[in-house]
Amino acid sequence: MKDILQELENRRGQARLGGGQKRLDVQHAKGKLTARERIDLLLDEGSFEEYDMFVAHRCTDFGMEQNRPYGDGVVTGWGTINGRMVYVFSQDFTVLGGSVSETHARKICKVMDMAVQNGAPVIGLNDSGGARIQEGVDSLAGYAEIFQRNVEASGVIPQISVIMGPCAGGAVYSPAMTDFIFMVKDSSYMFVTGPDVVKTVTNEQVTAEELGGALTHTRKSSVADGAFENDVEALAEVRRLVDFLPLNNREKPPVRPFFDDVERVETSLDTLIPESPNQPYDMKELITKVADEGDFYEIQEEFAKNIVTGFIRLEGQSVGVVANQPMVLAGVLDIDSSRKAARFVRFCDAFEIPILTLVDVPGFLPGTGQEFGGVIKHGAKLLFAYGEATVPKVTLITRKAYGGAYDVMASKHLRADVNYAWPTAQIAVMGAKGAAEIIHRADLGDPGKIAAHAQEYEERFANPFVAAERGFIDEVIQPRSTRRRVSRAFAMLRNKRRSMPWKKHDNIPL
Amino acid sequence: MFDKILIANRGEIACRVIKTARRMGITTVAIYSDADRNALHVEMADEAIHIGPPPANQSYIVIDKVMDAIKASGAQAVHPGYGFLSENPKFAQALDAAGVAFVGPPVKAIEAMGDKITSKKIAQEAGVNTVPGYMGLIGDADEAVKIAGEIGYPVMIKASAGGGGKGMRIAWTDDEAREGFQSSKNEAASSFGDDRIFIEKFVTQPRHIEIQVLCDQHGNAVYLHERECSIQRRNQKVVEEAPSPFLDEATRRAMGEQAVRLAQAVGYTSAGTVEFIVDGERNFYFLEMNTRLQVEHPVTEMITGVDLVEQMIRVANGEKLPFRQEDLTINGWAIENRLYAEDPYRNFLPSIGRLTRYRPPAEGAMGAGTVRNDTGVFEGGEISMYYDPMIAKLCTWAPTRAQAIETMRTALDAFEVEGIGHNLPFLSAVMDHPKFVSGDMTTAFIAEEWPDGFDGVALDDTALRRVAAAAAAMNRVAEIRRARISGTLDNHERKVGTEWMVEAQGERFEVATAADRQGTTVTFATGDAMRVEGDWTPGDRLARMMVDGAPLVLKVDKITQGFRLRTRGADLKVHVRTPRQAELAALMPEKVPPDTSKMLLCPMPGLIVKIDVEEGQEVQEGQALCTVEAMKMENILRAERRGTVAKINASAGDSLAVDDVIMEFE
Repeated sequence: MKDILQELENRRGQARLGGGQKRLDVQHAKGKLTARERIDLLLDEGSFEEYDMFVAHRCTDFGMEQNRPYGDGVVTGWGTINGRMVYVFSQDFTVLGGSVSETHARKICKVMDMAVQNGAPVIGLNDSGGARIQEGVDSLAGYAEIFQRNVEASGVIPQISVIMGPCAGGAVYSPAMTDFIFMVKDSSYMFVTGPDVVKTVTNEQVTAEELGGALTHTRKSSVADGAFENDVEALAEVRRLVDFLPLNNREKPPVRPFFDDVERVETSLDTLIPESPNQPYDMKELITKVADEGDFYEIQEEFAKNIVTGFIRLEGQSVGVVANQPMVLAGVLDIDSSRKAARFVRFCDAFEIPILTLVDVPGFLPGTGQEFGGVIKHGAKLLFAYGEATVPKVTLITRKAYGGAYDVMASKHLRADVNYAWPTAQIAVMGAKGAAEIIHRADLGDPGKIAAHAQEYEERFANPFVAAERGFIDEVIQPRSTRRRVSRAFAMLRNKRRSMPWKKHDNIPL
Repeated sequence: MFDKILIANRGEIACRVIKTARRMGITTVAIYSDADRNALHVEMADEAIHIGPPPANQSYIVIDKVMDAIKASGAQAVHPGYGFLSENPKFAQALDAAGVAFVGPPVKAIEAMGDKITSKKIAQEAGVNTVPGYMGLIGDADEAVKIAGEIGYPVMIKASAGGGGKGMRIAWTDDEAREGFQSSKNEAASSFGDDRIFIEKFVTQPRHIEIQVLCDQHGNAVYLHERECSIQRRNQKVVEEAPSPFLDEATRRAMGEQAVRLAQAVGYTSAGTVEFIVDGERNFYFLEMNTRLQVEHPVTEMITGVDLVEQMIRVANGEKLPFRQEDLTINGWAIENRLYAEDPYRNFLPSIGRLTRYRPPAEGAMGAGTVRNDTGVFEGGEISMYYDPMIAKLCTWAPTRAQAIETMRTALDAFEVEGIGHNLPFLSAVMDHPKFVSGDMTTAFIAEEWPDGFDGVALDDTALRRVAAAAAAMNRVAEIRRARISGTLDNHERKVGTEWMVEAQGERFEVATAADRQGTTVTFATGDAMRVEGDWTPGDRLARMMVDGAPLVLKVDKITQGFRLRTRGADLKVHVRTPRQAELAALMPEKVPPDTSKMLLCPMPGLIVKIDVEEGQEVQEGQALCTVEAMKMENILRAERRGTVAKINASAGDSLAVDDVIMEFE
């Protein structure tokens, strides 16, 4: 009997060694952790329940029958993050390069199916050389099975991808369909076709890092939502993100004990808006001064910095924040910022995370670059996302809310629940000078008259009170009391119920 | 008494004067430039009058504008503060002519003490020790060499109109004297439009010690003892104290009596300061007299109990001094630290911007001493580039010097300033420096102890272990809170462990935590334990704790798997990990930060207005590379050395953050 029990331990020991000590050492030498080490860091200590440890592939071509390691290049199972359940798969580069076979894919599909059925997030730790070429179409079929599950799980459970090594070819499309992608600097890259193919086809010379490294995807392509220095930091920060997210779409966002006064008054916010309307200020100061404990988890920090997106907590509960950033391009809306914010708003709406919108927007960015790039449809994405979002929506206009951009930024007309404005708000079709030049076209030649007209327009609209007279602004509030007012608004909305007309699904302008 | 007083100044000194005037029941009037519309002194005053655009030479020091404000307000007296018009005889004259009381000395005294050569002559005649030297003007280099020889080397060659180290040379030989004379003369001509030069003995191991005097209009004059101001950076005072740890009673009295004699010789009234240079043998020599309230006057107030501003106002009102010399004793010890908006890590470059956080320690009792903070700014206020970068004077008092220093250390740790670069860490470093602690310093203290600039403080082993223990205790609290999130799997909640690996300053400490109702006992693997008590909760930016029986104050910011902790001038990333996390973190490669010496970094957040060079272009030292606009000011960035532009990462119109790479060189 003892021997039989020992046999299990022996086999487990063999499985845990992955591709063998030599390959594990190579993995470490590259500055990467192994698949199991990563799981240790991601999950609460001792909480991991592994499944399919002894799965092996069934390929017999190209001598593959000689090499059938346990696990088949991926470690799967579930565990907890701060006591909350998550499913996880972690590709093992030391086993057949972490390549995706039919059985490897099946293991991933198994935990994804469980995650959807049992209502908990899936976190994928990607480190794979790509398709198991020896398996041919079986491998491709495996990928597609994962893709289909990504689609079905979308909006049901949060899906998070961490790219911790290579992720190339068709493999990129599974992370691409998840809610968040994080990368590890210097040791991960993602691309559809690698540098060699690029060289052959377009004659461009580019390194893997330049083509698909963490900086490329966080700054240029916006494929990734964040990048971290190393595996340890990345996994710790994923834990931090999970603490903001509900486990599934039927649950409320989590609540954590908090140590911050809801009534906290921030007198410094009274001077946040500079004297000159053309002078920028840092919207993140407002975000961190409103948030519980100043804690802000920013999403896509390095991309389209003219809009800021991320999570805070108010009274311990997660809130998504979308805010124009006057520090960058005056906070203008453009193609990139609209796309970035639209996707974030839709994530929040899908998972019942209330949305706080902070507005200081001079309008949409003009120019051929924008128009040829389709700013009409991209801008419409954000408009659409706000309009369809049925979660609690609270909006605060700090300064400019001009033109169509006013409408877009969670205005009352898009069914925002509570719309606040600071006394410094200016809600108008456009800036005073531009407006005067259109209304008083006849006086265009006379700068003195135009200035007077601009002054007149400014006096009429450079304030929140015209909008407040119409009820488009529910209340003009003192900057210093923003935390209390916003927190109370969300508290009031805790039982909000609102639904859209029945439809198969909407047709957002993609 | 006056009904209304105008304060012809701004910042902390204006606020300081307003406080006393208000206590005396006098209505206060502030003046302000465009940049100070929302300033604290404007807020505090009963009335405020706008006097012009931000630059001081278009507002605060324009006599006509200030006179107009006085007229408009109906103020009967004017307190000039320090700087600006405080030592301008023309201003005092204008006030006399207008029949408004100047809270300061008579015009004649200002004039007499305003010129270095004249003041020295008067001092000599009054029997005040002066530095051996040649009082007359020196015609040429040969004469300079001859005189230098007579005085005896080393000598100091100085511009008569000089100040701030300009037009000053030290010579140890004839050749150096010849050379120094010429360069001083040139510099004086270009800097001050006055190339008069004199020579004096160069004092070795010099300390800067000054005597506070106070005189009324009835011939009464007293000295309020000394202030030691030896800790200076490029002639800018940084730390002052009273009394001086160096003076004995006899020297103190001799200096005090000479200072009073000098004041009486020029018919001085009001508060004034006689500056001396003191050598290693306690020989003291007159330097100059400041005919105004000094920045560092609070330390004198704290050891004498005299409100100098009140006495200045009473003297200006014709009242007699309410005390005699023998009434003025020294009570305890006071230290002042000047908080400058200067970034010590960037070679003390002035830093401007918004004070996103400004929380000085509470005034009043702290530990064995008391805290006073004279400030002119507030959280949410703006530090502009137009004025002095000094934003606060943190003072502590205690019965002994050691206690005053200890109180200051805690007060500095509890002083929160964010949004701008500032010298708080440097001040902490000074307060912990053995030479300062022993009182053994000269005016060269900073230059000698930090010859290559300031690069932060490394904690010693004991201090580091205390911080590590505190971090472990704080992390335990933070982790337990994380585990108390909603939606956990019943009966399978996370159990927060008791073993931790703390990593700070390159050291690793293996510790175990055991918490009870009062605090946490942190046991090190070496066997010793530290008790950590305090009410820190996650999100608190300031942790006040008792660690191992002694107070520890930390500024706390959250970082991944730990905290950024600041205390005693150290700025530490402290990681607290479980043993397993630590084991894996140790496998992570050390990433070498990129070599920035071959890059042009954006020195401030701003907008690129223009790029002046192209990729591949060769540039010369000093050549303009690009223009960055920040705070509406265009800053031209120039090449520090010859090189070739390898890559340009920004183009006109881009807005960059501080330290963004604008271009790279080969």
